[in-house]
Amino acid sequence: MDLEYGPQYDDFRAEVVSFIKENEKTKLTGPPRSESRVEWQQKLIDNGYFARSIPKEYGGYGGDMDIIKLRIIAEEFAKSPIPKPAGGQGIQMLVPTLLSLGTEEQKQEYIKPTLRGEILWCQGYSEPNSGSDLASLQTKAELDGDEWVINGQKIWTSTAHLSQMCFILVRTEPDAPKHQGISYLLMPMDSEGIDRRPIKQMTGDSDFNELFLTDVRIPAKNIVGARGEGWKVANATLGHERGSLADPNVTQNRLNSLIDLMKNETIDGQRVIDKPIFRDRLLSIQGRLMAQQSNALRILSSQINKEQDANLAKVIVKLQGTELRHELEGLAIDAMGELGTLYEDSPHLRDNGAWQMTYMYYLGLIIGGGTNQIQKNIISERALGMPKEPKIQGA
Amino acid sequence: MYFGLSEEQKSLEENIHRFLEDNASLDVIKAVANGESEKAQQVHQGIIDLGLSGLVVPEEYGGLELNMLFATVVASALGSGTAPVPYAGSYVMAPIAINLGGDEQQKSNWLPKIAGGECVIGVGLSEYVGAREDSGIEFSNGKLSGRCLFLIDGKDADAYLLADKSGQLFLVDSSSSGITVTELTTVDKTRTSIELVLDKVDAEILPNSSNKEVIEKVLDAGRLMLAADTVGAAQVMLDKSVAYSLERKQFGRLIGSFQAVKHMCAEMAAELEPCHSMIWHAAHCQDKVPEEARLMACQTKAHVSEVGKQVSKTATEVHGGMGFTDELGLHYWFKRIGLNRQLLGSPELIREEAGKLQGFDQ
Repeated sequence: MDLEYGPQYDDFRAEVVSFIKENEKTKLTGPPRSESRVEWQQKLIDNGYFARSIPKEYGGYGGDMDIIKLRIIAEEFAKSPIPKPAGGQGIQMLVPTLLSLGTEEQKQEYIKPTLRGEILWCQGYSEPNSGSDLASLQTKAELDGDEWVINGQKIWTSTAHLSQMCFILVRTEPDAPKHQGISYLLMPMDSEGIDRRPIKQMTGDSDFNELFLTDVRIPAKNIVGARGEGWKVANATLGHERGSLADPNVTQNRLNSLIDLMKNETIDGQRVIDKPIFRDRLLSIQGRLMAQQSNALRILSSQINKEQDANLAKVIVKLQGTELRHELEGLAIDAMGELGTLYEDSPHLRDNGAWQMTYMYYLGLIIGGGTNQIQKNIISERALGMPKEPKIQGA
Repeated sequence: MYFGLSEEQKSLEENIHRFLEDNASLDVIKAVANGESEKAQQVHQGIIDLGLSGLVVPEEYGGLELNMLFATVVASALGSGTAPVPYAGSYVMAPIAINLGGDEQQKSNWLPKIAGGECVIGVGLSEYVGAREDSGIEFSNGKLSGRCLFLIDGKDADAYLLADKSGQLFLVDSSSSGITVTELTTVDKTRTSIELVLDKVDAEILPNSSNKEVIEKVLDAGRLMLAADTVGAAQVMLDKSVAYSLERKQFGRLIGSFQAVKHMCAEMAAELEPCHSMIWHAAHCQDKVPEEARLMACQTKAHVSEVGKQVSKTATEVHGGMGFTDELGLHYWFKRIGLNRQLLGSPELIREEAGKLQGFDQ
């Protein structure tokens, strides 16, 4: 057991700290893709604080894949109000996919502008009749000369209204078994035939969209991997999404805010944190979070020490993390009582309604990214070696 | 950076597992539970031969001077085998207390005997943690009087390590006059528990234990050992559940192919897997990060107890009617986890302490 990063990283940490100090006051204005945002993103890349291990030729920093350095960068950035590197599905999911499975031309064309924040991506996976059973998707694409012609419907497409591109799963081999008939295409969002309808969600926001695709034509070369291999390509990226949904270190920040809230809110003049049942709920959440943080250390360690197995530790993160976060946000609402139900403008509103918003949002994340029931299937099948549900004939 | 067990720790764990498989099978556990205590004696001698009694004793007193992570590995391995032996009290809490709180003479008198497996020390801190039935001890004119409940490893012990309400620690020779011992038969028959009544009994003060620092360290260590024991026991219950679900057929298929059963197992695994990391982390804090050790020990004991409760219930359910039988014997693990939960503070009691540690009451 050794939780020290070692003195060889002291200089590196000092460099990061001094960069942050110099740039702490940076304020980003304007919408996504605006000049100041792209410039900032490029500055982070130039200094190796973003896209660190991505090769220079594709617009990255071209550094070594040193997990501890990445960790130090994340730790120091988290401590400061400095603008964080942009994220999103393009950066988190598409770039890793193209790096491992894309053609040279695709890497050249898309990775750099995606990293710089000039191209935003959305994900065209789910369909109205293909949610948990994603591989049953029916949106089809047919090759017509040197173009794919796409017809069908996608749903839960987040940020589609902001995106220039969509990585989309379509059925190209209708006669093949369902997992082998899918291809992974790259679809420009300004193509003719894309009709977008926003979905208003329970939070009141519209983060998601439905996409209706009618004879959308895109170049034949916009396929990642071979025809019929889209399921494998997509699975490579789903792994990237799951890991990022419930970081216990982010939840720790939220717990600190909850402790402050419970010290400030009063009932009959008594602080909520002094009420034993409320305090016990808080401490019980803290205990669960501490377990998840220890689990995260083990995962980090397995990334540094390749021989260490942490498969089970990894596959439980999304299930455990989203459930805990939802409960944490819910405790804050209970601590506020009726006040916790205020959501829109009110002189009594706390934290701009963030607790209700996040409480609902995390219910969305319990469902999204593979529902937590699907997560339990994955844990039992892939980590515990239990059998799959027998297939119903014809399904 | 490496978070996990070393090769040496893994091989120690494996050795204990192998020893218990060979020497403390379910038949042996059942015999011990039915009163054949000589069988427990043999297992006890076996773990002494493995060096476990002197694991945390300093080298200069004949021990191995290994750290709390080693001790945690041992506790978890003993829990997985529901080993009918003294450990957390006699071989971890007592030597830590004597080493930190005792004077030179006490150390050189007791520590080599503990390390050599020549004495067992029962540990009674229940009254310090939370006194029941007005129990408690008082010291005056060199004599201890009062009552202690639920001494850990206390049966047939050569001496007792006891605390008064202030946290001051005492050593009492079990052959002194004025001691009445009553056995307390808990649900967990793999370990023993006793009640002591003391009437003006000769006692040695551990002179360096008058501030709370020593008892807090002893308590942190004990709570971690109990948590580790629960993690080991719960892991076996999960493993047995998965194995059973892959043997048992109903409606023409393995019950492990039903989502209801799969999800029960997934939930157990999702809760339990982080607990392994948590006990290692808590041990590491006791070894290297003292400022985090107390909170970590409290929260680890509390959280692991909650997970243990859930796993032991769910695992029993996965086994259906068989889970309820003595024949299958799953209940030994269930009861072991049940006793660990209450010893040295139930989760609610410990969380209250964890809140105070963080100044929530201020």
